Amino acid sequence: MSWFEKPVEAPVRVPTEAVWAVCPSCKGYIAKDVWRAANKVCPRCNHHERLSCRERVTLLTDAGSFQEINAGVSFNDPLEFKDDSGAYADKAKATIAKTGEGEAVLTGTAKISKIPVVLGVMDFKFLGGSLGSGTGERILLAAEKAVELKRPLIIVSASGGARMHEGIVSLMQMAKTCAAIARLKEAGLPYLSILTDPTTGGVSASYAMVGDLNIAEPKALIGFAGRRVIEQTIKQKLPDDFQTAEYTLAHGFVDHIVPRKELKAFLAKVLRYAGF
Amino acid sequence: MAKKTQQKLSPWDIVQIARHAERPNIADYIRLLCDDFVELHGDRLFGDDRGLIGGFATIGDQKVVLIGHRKGRGVEENIEANFGMASPEGYRKAMRLMRLAEKYGLPVVSLVDTPGAYPGSEAEARGQAEAIAHNLEFMSTLKTPIVVVVCGEGGSGGALGIAVGDRILMLQNAVYSVISPEGCASILWRDGSKAAIAAETLKITADSLKGLGIIDEIVPEPEGGAHTDVAAAVAAVKKAVLENLAVLKQIPLATLTEQRYAKFSAMGRFS
Repeated sequence: MSWFEKPVEAPVRVPTEAVWAVCPSCKGYIAKDVWRAANKVCPRCNHHERLSCRERVTLLTDAGSFQEINAGVSFNDPLEFKDDSGAYADKAKATIAKTGEGEAVLTGTAKISKIPVVLGVMDFKFLGGSLGSGTGERILLAAEKAVELKRPLIIVSASGGARMHEGIVSLMQMAKTCAAIARLKEAGLPYLSILTDPTTGGVSASYAMVGDLNIAEPKALIGFAGRRVIEQTIKQKLPDDFQTAEYTLAHGFVDHIVPRKELKAFLAKVLRYAGF
Repeated sequence: MAKKTQQKLSPWDIVQIARHAERPNIADYIRLLCDDFVELHGDRLFGDDRGLIGGFATIGDQKVVLIGHRKGRGVEENIEANFGMASPEGYRKAMRLMRLAEKYGLPVVSLVDTPGAYPGSEAEARGQAEAIAHNLEFMSTLKTPIVVVVCGEGGSGGALGIAVGDRILMLQNAVYSVISPEGCASILWRDGSKAAIAAETLKITADSLKGLGIIDEIVPEPEGGAHTDVAAAVAAVKKAVLENLAVLKQIPLATLTEQRYAKFSAMGRFS
């Protein structure tokens, strides 16, 4: 066969997205295995990308120690809420199908460096990590479980705030979760709050801010009111570092900023100081 | 006929009544509800918020600690009071006064009327979120009776920051919501002018909230709204507050805080 008759082999094309992750912050290309090994922290700019609740559980707990509790508690639709884009109940069901989670917080018992704890981890992918009645109920039950088992409670927050679609019932979850935390504290048990990107609105103004220790991830957005609302109120542009973890620490509301790769060891160390 | 008018009011109409410039404000309540009032200033940490005030008060034969948001009358007073939008200092002052109430064995009466907690950069810097969160935690275990009255606007976390209690009363034309109808409309409908629809959908009126089990009692208002007869409106609040205090004072403190926990735990539990 002469050379011009030989069929041309298609070049092997490896899709870019299979090999490279793009850092959402610096837009740099990072090899996917590096990105995964670094738990989605950019080696170039130290951006901490949001984790799903299951990824966070893997990061923080001893392998195989996590056992989910309250899986049967899911969302409620007390207002039978509908807006132009459809019914809340349909959106919530679609979110459950997509994420495989029943609510915006995953709760369970686990061990952190052999220390038994009760853990709650929020997931921003579940309706923006919003605080619905199911979310509040899971957190309350997790706190009560910690009291029952005499274990520390750890909650990792990632939330835009209240879930508007549940209206006033969502607002009441702020009071409900704080009441449960207050009881845990009365029982003398530690409560560690970890604030990840973002922790704002009704979640920052309830259980996320009342930790024995408030621990933040680098550069996480932490605040009460939204930036745009504040800019409209004060009619001024806000500085870039406004409402970052670093800003929050400088103003005295966070104990420590801990890089993701050190978080598990940091929690274990603090729990040992707390007598566990 | 008059009754029919009230029944015809839409949630958006009720929002307008709740925000009416002549609606009784905390100054009116202090004047007409209290036989005596000693204002106590400052949070002992930073300053004295004028958007949330409090002190010792005598209501009928009851000595209490009264706290409440403050809306002004007219521009000057409203600027001083920041239109009833409290700062972290306000919530911390409220907590300080509630601690005194517990120490002196006085019940707490909390009057809620705010568009929301102040969304300013100074408020963020001084920990608006922490101030509210801490109050929620603290009020859930406070060892003295707490009667909350939502008098006008119950604006989200800014309202809830002084609204955890044993009995939650609400005036007939007050509203209580997780977000303002305008805010909800601009986020979910992407159109602020859909506020009337949002007001309906959010179920923010006293009737709806009673149905949802969020409030315990609706305090009737004079026909046309509390602003049409301030004295009568405040008298109805006084009657309701005193009746509730009389009941709550009979309950042992340990039982009281247990019941308060049960009350808030049950909110949003539907199964």
